[in-house]
Amino acid sequence: MNAVASIARKEFRSYVASPAGYVFLTAFLILSAWLFFRVFFLVGQATLRPFFTVMPWLFLFFVPASAMRAWAEERKLGTDEVLLTLPVREGEVVLGKFLAGLSFLVVAIALTFALPLIVSILGDPDPGPMIGGYLGLILLSAAYLSIGLFASSLTENQIVAFIIGISLSFFLFIIGEDIVLIAAPRWAAPVLRHLGLGQHFASIARGVIDSRDVIYYLSIIGFFLYLNTRAVESRKWR
Amino acid sequence: MGSGTPAGISADPVIDVRDVSKAFGDTIAVDGVSFEVCRGEVLGFLGPNAAGKTTTMRILTGYLAPDAGTAMVAGRDIHTHSLEVRRRLGYLPESAPLYLDMGVLDHLRFVAELRGVAPASINARIADMIDICGLAGVVHKNVGELSKGYRQRVGLAITMIHNPDVLILDEPTTGLDPSQIIEIRELIREIGRERTVILSTHILPEVEATSSRVLIINEGRIVASGTPDELASMAVGTERVVVAARAPREELGRSVTALPGVIEATELGEDADGYVRYALIVQKGAPVVDGLFDAVTGRGWRLRELTTERVSLEDVFLRLTAGGGPDADPTSDVGRRAKQRRWEDDR
Repeated sequence: MNAVASIARKEFRSYVASPAGYVFLTAFLILSAWLFFRVFFLVGQATLRPFFTVMPWLFLFFVPASAMRAWAEERKLGTDEVLLTLPVREGEVVLGKFLAGLSFLVVAIALTFALPLIVSILGDPDPGPMIGGYLGLILLSAAYLSIGLFASSLTENQIVAFIIGISLSFFLFIIGEDIVLIAAPRWAAPVLRHLGLGQHFASIARGVIDSRDVIYYLSIIGFFLYLNTRAVESRKWR
Repeated sequence: MGSGTPAGISADPVIDVRDVSKAFGDTIAVDGVSFEVCRGEVLGFLGPNAAGKTTTMRILTGYLAPDAGTAMVAGRDIHTHSLEVRRRLGYLPESAPLYLDMGVLDHLRFVAELRGVAPASINARIADMIDICGLAGVVHKNVGELSKGYRQRVGLAITMIHNPDVLILDEPTTGLDPSQIIEIRELIREIGRERTVILSTHILPEVEATSSRVLIINEGRIVASGTPDELASMAVGTERVVVAARAPREELGRSVTALPGVIEATELGEDADGYVRYALIVQKGAPVVDGLFDAVTGRGWRLRELTTERVSLEDVFLRLTAGGGPDADPTSDVGRRAKQRRWEDDR
């Protein structure tokens, strides 16, 4: 476990040390604020609903972008040869990178607190959905992150990692959305709805923290972290 | 293998490789390689590029898994006890790939933590490494800002920070300038005094300078093994003698060829001041040098150059790896010129 902490610390430091991290945060915050406010005043209600509606789509783009470097760069530069010949398990490295990426995303999400603050000043929003929404956001971003990290472990090329990450995340998001459910066979619809990343987020965003949704997200995260570990281990037999 | 164990080297093998093979698709990188390394030895892997040196090292360090064969490091199987093996090893891959955005100190600390160095002694170990590897001047820089020589030193520091018994170094002096190369070799010699080291290189003087035993690898197979001296004596029993004398060409040619023990004489040309040079392939042990001296001076000719070039490791290496076959003469001029060209590339 110490290894996980050391790796997480090192990875987090590289998020913070590079200018790319700050560019990322700035772009993310500006976009999220802009997308929120263009709808907020039109609707005229003191709610963060527009924010939580748009965030999953923003994450779809930004989270794989934050994750694409994690493994791809190590393979490209050859630093994984140093890292993986240390007495650490592949799983520990995967977990460390995940926790660091998640911490960075939590920082990004926390920086959006300006928005609920403003809404609270302007009106009287219901705190439940706001808290639930943020929780759902963290879980959703963690899920996207695990997918993005897995994608990064598949290739040396960061762009390819990014594209795979977005594609996978999009796929998992869209299969639970109405647009797909309408076309799906009757028996498959509830299954697909349950598989989709979006539906679980929607229910948490309503302020209801259902254990099924939390379990769902944890399962997705666990699954992709597992795949990530296997992908890293597979280098030995390539 | 060796002719008895030299002093300071114990007999039980620290590293025991049996029949290891690895192929990448259609290319066979390592083909049934077996060898042992005893405690305290500095083993040099010598071979041309793509000979299988790096792949063998990657298998030993657990970065890759072999298709066949087993290996034991410090009595533990690299497959079933991979973590334990890695704890006892220090590995520096080719080109010392380090995290460029980390500071030198941070990097050392990071690796020390992951290597399980006790938190209380981390600072002391880091200070030791800075001292041993001469990093005092660059301690506050980012690894990315360092020159290749310093990066290699940081790499070595990282490899040793947990005081491993076994060091595996892949081409530790590639890309360094001559003075840096000398420093790193000296460092390796120092380090090797009390540890077991495997280092790989395609630079021949390096192996002669640092290793107590050499394994010549080519195309995935071990083609020769022994101490540098033993390998040198493996060469065909001939030597090369160069003589430059001022004498009428034909007469000199005749008397030189007539000497007992001379197998072949090649005229190398005439210098501006009338000295003619000959390269002679002679039988080892034949008193050719004395014979030449007598022959030349006896006839009143001026003698300017008379040298014996002993067949060295380079010749054995070229013979074994240049595809010339076991009967190729390592002392022929073609081989020498080819060797010259290779030298140019390495330096």
